[in-house]
This record gives sequence, C-alpha cells and structure tokens, in this order.
Amino acid sequence: MTCTDFLAKLTDFFDGTVPPALMIEVEQHIAECKHCEVVLDSTTKTINIYRNSEIYDFPPELQQRLESAIMTRCCGPRDSTK
Amino acid sequence: MQHLFPMPAIQSPESESIQPEEIHPDVALVARAKDGDTSAFEQLVRQYDRQIFRVAQHITQNREDAEDITQDVFFKAYQKLDQFQGNSKFSTWLVRIAVNESLMRLRKRKTSKTVSMDEDVHTEEGSIPRDFAEWRPNPEQLYGQGELSEILRKTIQGLPPGFRTVFTLRDVENLSTEETAEALGLSVPAVKSRLLRARLQLRERLSRYFKQSNPLQALEGKSR
Repeated sequence: MTCTDFLAKLTDFFDGTVPPALMIEVEQHIAECKHCEVVLDSTTKTINIYRNSEIYDFPPELQQRLESAIMTRCCGPRDSTK
Repeated sequence: MQHLFPMPAIQSPESESIQPEEIHPDVALVARAKDGDTSAFEQLVRQYDRQIFRVAQHITQNREDAEDITQDVFFKAYQKLDQFQGNSKFSTWLVRIAVNESLMRLRKRKTSKTVSMDEDVHTEEGSIPRDFAEWRPNPEQLYGQGELSEILRKTIQGLPPGFRTVFTLRDVENLSTEETAEALGLSVPAVKSRLLRARLQLRERLSRYFKQSNPLQALEGKSR
C-alpha cells in the first residue's frame, strides 16, 4: 500500500468501513510509514478537538430570546398572565 | 481479529445511544406537535436550537445571520410539520433546512458570486499532507479555552463553504456520512471526498499551533 492508497482509505478508516483484508494492509502501512502515522494521529486529534469544543457562545440569554421569538412567530404572543 | 492499530479514538460525547430499531423520543413529540400541542414543539425547539444555531454559525460565519436563521428554521419547520414523514431523524430534517437557509444567506451576502456546495471543491489545496511534525499528546491543553476557540474559529473560517459544511455536519454535529449526504443532497462518495480534504486542510492549518516542534511550546511544556 502506498501513502496515496492510505489517504484514499482514510475516510473509510474513520467510518470503520474498511474491509478486514484491506485493514491489515492499512495497519501494516501505518506501522511502516511515520508520515502516515502522524497524519492519522493529527487528523484524529483535529476531529476530536472540533467535536469537543463549543467554539461559538450560546449563552442562556440568547437561547431564551430565540426560543421566545420562535414560539411567538409560530404560535402568536403568549398570555403572560398565565 | 486483533488489529495492530486500534480504530482511532474519535470521541463523541453526543453520540447516539438509540438503536435503529428503537423509536426515537422525537417521534412522539413531533406527533403531538402536529396535533397542535405547542408545548411539544417548544420542547423540540429547546432540544435543537443550540445545534441549529451552531450549524448556521459554522456555515455563515456570522452571528446575526445565525440568530435569524435559527428563527427561520423553526418557523419553517413548524409550517411544514405535516410534510415531515419521519423517514429521517427530526434533527437531520432541521439540519437540512438550516443548511439550505445558511447557504441562501451566503448567496445573498455575496451578490456577485454564486455560493453553493460545489464552490471551491476543485481546489487541490490541502489534499496532499505537507506537514509531518508530530502533535503534542493533548494539544487542546496548550491553550486557554478562549484562545483555543479563537484558533478553531479562525481555522475553520478559512475553509471553502463546501468543505466547511461537510466537516460541520459529519465531524462537529456527528451525523453519519449517509445522513450528511442526505442533508446536503450530495452522494456519499462526494461527501467522503470533501470530508477527507476538509479534514486534511484543517489538520495542516492547525499543525502550526499544535505540533511538538514549536520551540516556544516545547519550552513551555518543559517548564510545566
């Protein structure tokens, strides 16, 4: 397996859909190629960092304001006396 | 089979614990909302407004637009609730509306240029890795939360909208590859191709912040 072949399989690798026979080749390539090992490690970390970080604030005031605006638009003004 | 390399540990705190054969709790909420129960719809809004806002902000890169889009998405969903057949998850349906609204907003902003899922996807930039420096074991710990968020925002902002959108749905929102394809009206191979390039471009750009060979960070690491 070449580095290009490895890259072509990277998305399937993350999806866990690489067929078992090909998986052996992929693993063998990673064991032998430092560059691809680094690419795999840093790409995994890239995904994890984005997945686990809330990079845009969504404070409770904003959430409340949006929910109130949405419900008013959809269902009309609420009776605040209830 | 014992693998030499275990599957990469992609952490997914919000990963679905619902099995396919189980009925998703949203189904009952949607049914009640369709029958006119506004409290059921309100609960759906509460469940998904953060996600819809995040998707819109990722795509438009504009906070005010994201606020407007979040309102529009739920308003449209409410109006078209009868059209939701339950073939996909309710959240995927909302995300699809959010993507359409967000891309439309981008098109309005860039009056002289068409914005679509196909824009800039033919670029070769980032499709071949160039930086092979190893990253620190826990790179996110190198920076404070505010600084890290700024780095991540700046980095994803540099991606073409077509790549940014695919990465957001698949990797940030944790939709499956198939759900991402469905939400964007793309084929699965097209999603896979864009996803690979989005991931590699982000990796390449983040490497300067997270790699071990940064002498400043190496020094800071030693002093900790």
